[in-house]
Amino acid sequence: MCYLTTGKHMAFYASFGTVLLLLAITAPVALGFGFAAAMAARARFAPLSWLGKGYIAIVRGVPDIAFFLFFVIALDQFFEWIRHEVKCPDWDQPIRQGSDFVVCQAAKLPLGNAAQWVHETYGFLLAVLTFSIVFGAFAGNVLFGAMRAVPRGQLETAEAYGMNHRQSFWRILVPQMWVYALPGLSNLWMVLIKATPLLFLLGVEDIVYWAKELGGSKTARFTDYPHGDWRMWYFAALLVFYLVFTWVSEKVLSRVMARLTLGQATTGGEAQRKAA
Amino acid sequence: MKKLLIGTAALAMVAGAAFAESHSVVRLGTEGAYPPYNFINDAGEVDGFERVLGDELCARAEMTCEWVTNDWDSIIPNLVSGNYDAIIAAMSITPEREEVVAFTQNYTPPSPSAFVAMGDVDLSGSVIAAQTGTIQAAHVTGMDGATLLEYPTPDETVAAMRAGEADAVLSDKDYLLPVVEGSSGEIMFIGDDVPLGGGIGMAFRKSDPEMRAKFDAAIQSMKDDGTLNEMIAEYLGEDSPAF
Repeated sequence: MCYLTTGKHMAFYASFGTVLLLLAITAPVALGFGFAAAMAARARFAPLSWLGKGYIAIVRGVPDIAFFLFFVIALDQFFEWIRHEVKCPDWDQPIRQGSDFVVCQAAKLPLGNAAQWVHETYGFLLAVLTFSIVFGAFAGNVLFGAMRAVPRGQLETAEAYGMNHRQSFWRILVPQMWVYALPGLSNLWMVLIKATPLLFLLGVEDIVYWAKELGGSKTARFTDYPHGDWRMWYFAALLVFYLVFTWVSEKVLSRVMARLTLGQATTGGEAQRKAA
Repeated sequence: MKKLLIGTAALAMVAGAAFAESHSVVRLGTEGAYPPYNFINDAGEVDGFERVLGDELCARAEMTCEWVTNDWDSIIPNLVSGNYDAIIAAMSITPEREEVVAFTQNYTPPSPSAFVAMGDVDLSGSVIAAQTGTIQAAHVTGMDGATLLEYPTPDETVAAMRAGEADAVLSDKDYLLPVVEGSSGEIMFIGDDVPLGGGIGMAFRKSDPEMRAKFDAAIQSMKDDGTLNEMIAEYLGEDSPAF
């Protein structure tokens, strides 16, 4: 059993935590981005509406992988450029020298002499931000549709009671829209779970990286546990992990759906009322 | 949206400032998938010839070094965009790479590449596996009648040959030697060795000449006192060419 407890395997197990942490942070942040985008897209102030709609349309239209590869490097350089402008105003060399991107030492992010874990955390946070921006656009589109699906009569009634625009939005529209949004959001959640292997593209050592590294054939000179090509078994373990995870999500989401449907003027809510 | 971005940027700046320390650290980027040069050992750490060499060079240059692993495919783009300071990953010095990065003098002499196969294969007209973006892949492209199959890691080239997708593998002989020895006769060298590349060097950003000069001097001092030759014999084998 010692084989399964080598430092390398421990790193493999820990990377499952990385993936779960990514999901735990990304899901709410992406939902927040989506909510903000949907609110902006609905705004009566035209430029704000363009901003929201533009964000949704552009991010949804660009292929994920292109976005991931381009955007993370661009985002990183954008942060460094801002810091460069603030911290080194008297720098006279160009920022781009051939293919090199050169900023002053104080503007490096993280600083060149920071510990390795700082670099890893920073890379992870960049990944979270990128995932959130991508999935936020999809969530924004779902929520925008859900807000429009709430029956108009509900809002008219709210207005008849004397609620202003803000009140009817927060008290009537938002509580009722979730039931329309959930099917779309649950799809997004499933896609997000399956998109986590893209972490490796972003330089974060995730479960796919370690499965590949551990499964590759090893000769006796470089390890105490030589073996042939075992990648198939490691990837099979990942398959089981993802299937179990999506299966549990499925169960939880159907419970949430039942809870949200309660008392709603939808066919689901109607069925619940009759059964009770 | 905009507020969030600016907020995050501000947060990142504050965090960055908080981590500022006085000592200087050089980040060494390697692939971690190319034994005996560099690989991840059982403990999950970078190990191999270049680990020992890199640590010794850092000691001689009086610098603190940290090891970073990065995919071979994006190892040069991540160097020039500043994610680490040097590449020490069995990278042969070639004119194409020198257009983008600056190399130190070589720390291994030009060492031969070799073909391996699962039996006797006629190399002309066969399918040959090599790692993407290597001098070996470039060599196969120039061979008459041979078809190149590219893989992201060297391990996958050998796996492809075992699975029958490729007839042969072209790679550094130093990498293939343990593979052949560990296969109990299944895999063998075929054909003649091919001399490729101008030896292996460390790669730096072109805008970083001072750091490159320090490491260049450290390599020279290891060449002068013979420690580099001992290291090559110990890690790459007695038959591997030395200085």
